Amino acid sequence: MKRRTFLLGAAAIGTGGLVLGYRAWSDRFEAQAAQLTAGDGGKLIAGWVRIGSDDSVTVYVPHIDMGQGTATALAMMLAEELDADWSKVRPERAPGEKAFANRFLAEGWILQGLKVPRFLDGAVDVGFAEAARFVNLQITGGSTAVRFTGQVGMRIVGAAARSMLVEAAAKRWGVSAAELATADSVVTHAKSGRAARYGELAAAAAELSVPSSPPLKARETYRIIGTSPARFDIPAKVKGAPLYAIDLRLPEMRYAAVMSAPVHGGALQSLDPAPAQAVKGVEQVVKFPHGIGVIARNWWQAQKGLAALKPVFSDGGNGNVSSASLAATQESALGAADGKSMVKLGDAEAALQQPGARIVEATYHVPFLHHAAMEPINATAQVKDGRLTVWGGEQDALGAKMKLVQLSGFAADKVTLHPLPVGGSFGRRVTVTTRHLEQVVELAKAASPNPVQMIWSREEDFAQGTYRPQVASRIRAALGPDGKPTAWSQSFVETPGINEAIGLPYPIPNQSIRAVPVPVHVTQGSWRSVAHTQHGFYTETFIDELAQAAGRDPFEYRRDLLPAGSRQRRVLEIAAEKAGWGKPLPEGRGLGIALVESFGTVVAQVIEASQGRNGVPVVQRVVAAVDCGDVCHPDTATQQVEGAIVMGLGAAIAERITIENGAVRQRNFPDYPISTMASTPPVIEVHFVPSDGAWGGLGEPGMPPVAPALANALFAATGRRARSLPLKLAAAA
Amino acid sequence: MITLTVNGQPRQIEAEADTPLLWVLRDELGLTGTRFGCGVAACGACTVHVDGVPMRACSLPVEALAGASVTTIEGLPASAGLAPEALHPVQQAWIDLQVPQCGYCQSGMIMAAAALLQANPKPSDPEIDAAITNLCRCGTYPRVRTAIRRLGGAA
Ligand code: FES
Ligand code: FES
Repeated sequence: MKRRTFLLGAAAIGTGGLVLGYRAWSDRFEAQAAQLTAGDGGKLIAGWVRIGSDDSVTVYVPHIDMGQGTATALAMMLAEELDADWSKVRPERAPGEKAFANRFLAEGWILQGLKVPRFLDGAVDVGFAEAARFVNLQITGGSTAVRFTGQVGMRIVGAAARSMLVEAAAKRWGVSAAELATADSVVTHAKSGRAARYGELAAAAAELSVPSSPPLKARETYRIIGTSPARFDIPAKVKGAPLYAIDLRLPEMRYAAVMSAPVHGGALQSLDPAPAQAVKGVEQVVKFPHGIGVIARNWWQAQKGLAALKPVFSDGGNGNVSSASLAATQESALGAADGKSMVKLGDAEAALQQPGARIVEATYHVPFLHHAAMEPINATAQVKDGRLTVWGGEQDALGAKMKLVQLSGFAADKVTLHPLPVGGSFGRRVTVTTRHLEQVVELAKAASPNPVQMIWSREEDFAQGTYRPQVASRIRAALGPDGKPTAWSQSFVETPGINEAIGLPYPIPNQSIRAVPVPVHVTQGSWRSVAHTQHGFYTETFIDELAQAAGRDPFEYRRDLLPAGSRQRRVLEIAAEKAGWGKPLPEGRGLGIALVESFGTVVAQVIEASQGRNGVPVVQRVVAAVDCGDVCHPDTATQQVEGAIVMGLGAAIAERITIENGAVRQRNFPDYPISTMASTPPVIEVHFVPSDGAWGGLGEPGMPPVAPALANALFAATGRRARSLPLKLAAAA
Repeated sequence: MITLTVNGQPRQIEAEADTPLLWVLRDELGLTGTRFGCGVAACGACTVHVDGVPMRACSLPVEALAGASVTTIEGLPASAGLAPEALHPVQQAWIDLQVPQCGYCQSGMIMAAAALLQANPKPSDPEIDAAITNLCRCGTYPRVRTAIRRLGGAA
């Protein structure tokens, strides 16, 4: 896409969306605006920015901090269009109230042509959180922050604010706005030499009407986007400042430990509370339909009380399910069922039956994976004077608040949620399950009027996850005389929610891709990059197998399949070139390559690896090429991709949640080896490909190519093909 | 009642003798910079210095620490003779290299790195691997390593 087209396109969509948005929004916005600007003479002149008379620019960020530098990046986008002096800009977290609903999230999905429910039309304010959940996307999920809030929201709001300031200056000086220029929070009139600071103009600007389609800057004129200013969140993090929900300390606060039925879907059948009540400091034992909670003066006492109990749980009829039985069920379902047609192009079955067609077939398996964010699930709540107040790291603040209203039976205006930064989420804090909210509301009622902080032990966090699903896929392909695939027929086990991961980057003429439902009682959720984690592995390992069958080099085979001039082909080529593809390697090592597009970003990775002793693969080097359109903050962008690679390597090599007797077997980190300092390869290179493409996400797209690139590298090194993850076990088998 | 020194101050501890130091710090003394990650000495989020040695507070019963001197992230600058509000060189390096992502593991990382550099001012890569066994789910290891190398005088 040409830059020009893109800008016009964004502005046009912005116009449609924003005219609606501003109109529907500004009325309801008043009350919120009054609160935010009370006291200090500041004026709220556009949705998400406040310009103080002292020139301070406060950007209200409707996302919680999960470690992605989102607040800094969003503030940069707004400041860029505002032409603000960066040293005066500070982000602040927007409160979890409706006026700050992430309207742009849904618009972003409309932009992508994905279906958003009809009730969204004309109902912009209520619709967004609802719509987002409806399509199983969450407020800070789906790599949406920079993509949608930033590109569509922050930039346009910044541009609108700027043009209002310019107009205010034009009025004051009686000149045409066209004669004015802005830079570093100052409006200047070159002809007369006049200048005014934004702070001086803010009050007058606030009286003007909001422009419906403010012009956005051309990329060549960016001064802030593309630089890497120090992140705002870091100083507090290195000082160990109280930041996270788990750090909250309130007067008279009690602590609670909880346990749910180990087999998901099970219920509490019987409980003798006496042993817990005998533990010093324990104040109450609370029963939930699915489990128990113990409230004490400190968390250690609560946990000790909990450990003393012998609750009896039902298993919901799933007590005989295991990972092996699930894999077997899935294998036969893939063989038997036709499934729901997701992609149909040409006639794959006919092409597979062509006489002389060479057929390649493989089945792949991936295990359940746990998020294992370093901050265990926790929340604090207080029921007092007919009000419920909750503090928690909720990714979808509005969705969580609605849930709290339902759970508590209190009216919405009697419920307050304070979203706090999260010690890692990777999709876990998305509202797939609200078990922890149910628990904390009940605990707060029991402890009322005292507040109570509920913390899941790490064992509980492992047992009650929302795992990346254990799933499988079978693929058959036919190769033509030139070795290129003529047909691709795939069935895969369906996973909950929207699946944007289906579809091949390679234009194969006959395709049939089908989803097969295989119900499972284990709670499943979004894990960093969602369904791309498994689909990337299926597709990119199988393509490697096709290259092998065709007797071709796996990089060249992919390149020749990709359309000339495509983003995908360019990214693949750059990754191969930067990695020195084709150069000789030390004995025992292999290079593997994989290409996956997710959340609007194309990533190719080349991994150099060898088979270590004890069947544990050793990775020497990862080289990534990334096309995510413009890069807002290159340092954070690099760090996000690095982080995804490190996490992805751990998962590909050794992570696996298994089910035994219906329950999760792994209890804590010693059973679930994630990446460590020692296992992290000495070289991880991230190359951003200069691009005119639309802005893509960055939190997740670095993940999907890791497992297939590593599996392909091990094949190159050893000649043995792994078709299941984790690779450590596959290698040992 | 057990008495120990925390960040230079003598403290009388009310918690039961078997309570791990972590919960004494967090729930009784309100020092929440030392974080709970696993409770089984596997992640290092709770790393503190006990008489200068890095230890995992989740697995240290407070009774074993009578008379000991404990330094937490809140007291790290002062333990190096700096003003309490100053930044310890390790903290400064973490800012210079923009190490943290979510930040949750970083108190423990910084405490482990400070102890390593105190004992071994120029650690080699294998020595870094051996000493920094803290877990970081965000994957900040490459930057943690670079920061430690730089503090050790590497370019
Ligand atoms: S909480 Fe102490 S090592 Fe994990
Ligand atoms: S920075 Fe998030 S766990 Fe380390």
